[in-house]
Amino acid sequence: MSVGLVIVSHSDKIAVGIGELAGQMAPTTRVLPAGGLDDGALGTSFEKITQAIADADDGAGVVLLCDLGSAILTAETALDFLEDDQRARVAIADAPIVEGAVAAAVAAETGGDLAAVVTAAESANRTGTQEPSESAASAEALTARTTLVNKDGLHARPAADFVKRASEFEAAVTVNGVDAKSLLRIMSLGLGVGSEITLTAEGPDAQAALDALVGLIEAGFGEA
Amino acid sequence: MGLTSEWARAWVIESVRVIAENRVELTALDRPIGDGDHGENMNRGFTAVMPKLDDLADGTPADVFKLVAMTLISTVGGAAGPLYGTAYLKAAGAVAGRDELDGEALVALYTAARDGIVLRGKAQVGEKTMIDAWTPAVDAAAEAHAAGKSELEILLAAAKAAENGAVATEPLIARKGRASYLGERAIGHRDPGAQSTALLLRAAADVADG
Repeated sequence: MSVGLVIVSHSDKIAVGIGELAGQMAPTTRVLPAGGLDDGALGTSFEKITQAIADADDGAGVVLLCDLGSAILTAETALDFLEDDQRARVAIADAPIVEGAVAAAVAAETGGDLAAVVTAAESANRTGTQEPSESAASAEALTARTTLVNKDGLHARPAADFVKRASEFEAAVTVNGVDAKSLLRIMSLGLGVGSEITLTAEGPDAQAALDALVGLIEAGFGEA
Repeated sequence: MGLTSEWARAWVIESVRVIAENRVELTALDRPIGDGDHGENMNRGFTAVMPKLDDLADGTPADVFKLVAMTLISTVGGAAGPLYGTAYLKAAGAVAGRDELDGEALVALYTAARDGIVLRGKAQVGEKTMIDAWTPAVDAAAEAHAAGKSELEILLAAAKAAENGAVATEPLIARKGRASYLGERAIGHRDPGAQSTALLLRAAADVADG
């Protein structure tokens, strides 16, 4: 079981496009579009949202990302009509629809539960004002240093690969002071080719985590 | 006319007519401060109610309002769908099981409708939304009922208050919806949702008076 996503937009193209973008980084996560009216016109459709929630839910829950005004109101109305047991595992994330969907999809792909996926989506609200100190490692943390070799820098796809790999370990990992399991925080570092990267890891499998992540970076994420 | 399911049906049929008649005006109001689709969206929703109303078995006013609620939620396509849909749904709940509405039930009907819109849209009075028509209407209905007025007089008082409330949105700055992006540029424009509310509440009084 894994958390599914529903993209609620006034525009079918936006909803489908965001699904494609998120799917590139989270290929096995269900990202269902619910955009436009039944005839393709701009607007939000109660039926499309209701159907998409049903299709996205395998029991682990569904997170909705919405664009403007009526998308949110119609999504909230659709939630009111769900049975209580399903209602308890469906949430609307308060996040910008594109960044939030991408972060949520990566969190769902790495096995995050409903709360973790909502948190990942809503982290898109605060990447501009991040405080590295909040995830700073303690003295017991292991540290590794390396250099980014990707000519295009740590853009969305390699960043997603990095998060997925980091999420496989129990250890708490940071990259240049930010949580290595948060896609948007990593992307907001703006790491370019030649950037110095400092990784820390703390936990039972810390050394294995550092080895794996340094290996991934130095191999250029398979695209350098 | 007593406020029976026959009145509820007549109100809906009249609503369909006045929304169609004012479709262009509602859209024109929405164009400078919204996305220019309020009239078309409302007309699509109310037009879809008609064939379903024909198929609805005789029942209570609440059955009629619930049908309108579900149809608007499914077919309007803009913010008015969940807002009015929730209004009719909560209104239906407030008068469930009654065959005929007295003054007290009428006040409960309008109050529940307004509260449903507030629940959904989180708007308060003065934010240039349909609440600026609904809340004066609810207050006027409650006052008329407290003063011992007839059901028709309550409907007329609410309709008048909603119309005044819609006009009074013109000098306001919007705080909700897409008009809120415009800041002071929204001043001078009447809120289309407040205007459609005034039309619907006038229709309720007109058919009771007929």
